[in-house]
Amino acid sequence: MTSEPTIQAVIEGKLSTHLDLQHLQVINESANHNVPPGSESHFKVILVASSFDGRRLLQRHQMVNKILSEELAGAIHALAIHTYTNDEWRERHGDTPLSPPCLGGDKSQ
Amino acid sequence: MDIKETIKEQIAANPVLIYMKGSPDAPQCGFSSQATQILMACGERFAFIDILANPDIRATLPQVSEWPTFPQLFIGGELVGGSDIIAEMYQSGELQPMIKAVAVTEG
Repeated sequence: MTSEPTIQAVIEGKLSTHLDLQHLQVINESANHNVPPGSESHFKVILVASSFDGRRLLQRHQMVNKILSEELAGAIHALAIHTYTNDEWRERHGDTPLSPPCLGGDKSQ
Repeated sequence: MDIKETIKEQIAANPVLIYMKGSPDAPQCGFSSQATQILMACGERFAFIDILANPDIRATLPQVSEWPTFPQLFIGGELVGGSDIIAEMYQSGELQPMIKAVAVTEG
């Protein structure tokens, strides 16, 4: 077995590197689609970033599409994108601190 | 005609135009389905192009629009975005007036 990073890890890594993120959630939705078990083809990303301040939705999605252009041209079949500025996120969810996203380890580690 | 010119003419000629997988009656993708349901809910006429039936458009449009995925909605000749943007703009009430402003009134 090689230790090639999963597509999910690549998405998380690239978005974290290129955006000033306060919150990132990458959800593999492939199991809801007509693909073999264990596929990494359909993803949803939820991003809260100050990089989005003052930018329209179209521009925000273009930023994300550009960062993931290589993956969109290859492994990713579908990518749902939900972008929020810090203020927009607070308006939706109040001041509750965000829990950090799962990084893939299990309880025993 | 060059396929890029064809695409530009389609975008210019149709005030509300969606490039999608399948048709509004038989969408072939959940995102295309959601997008057309919202457009239908807006109550104005819109044009659609099935990119599954037009593989050359499917291959070329992303270069013209600088947008990698489908569906793609154009209003008044401008790219609005994909299904997530369509849904968010519909929920926030931005989409309907944009469509009403360009829709062809039937005489």
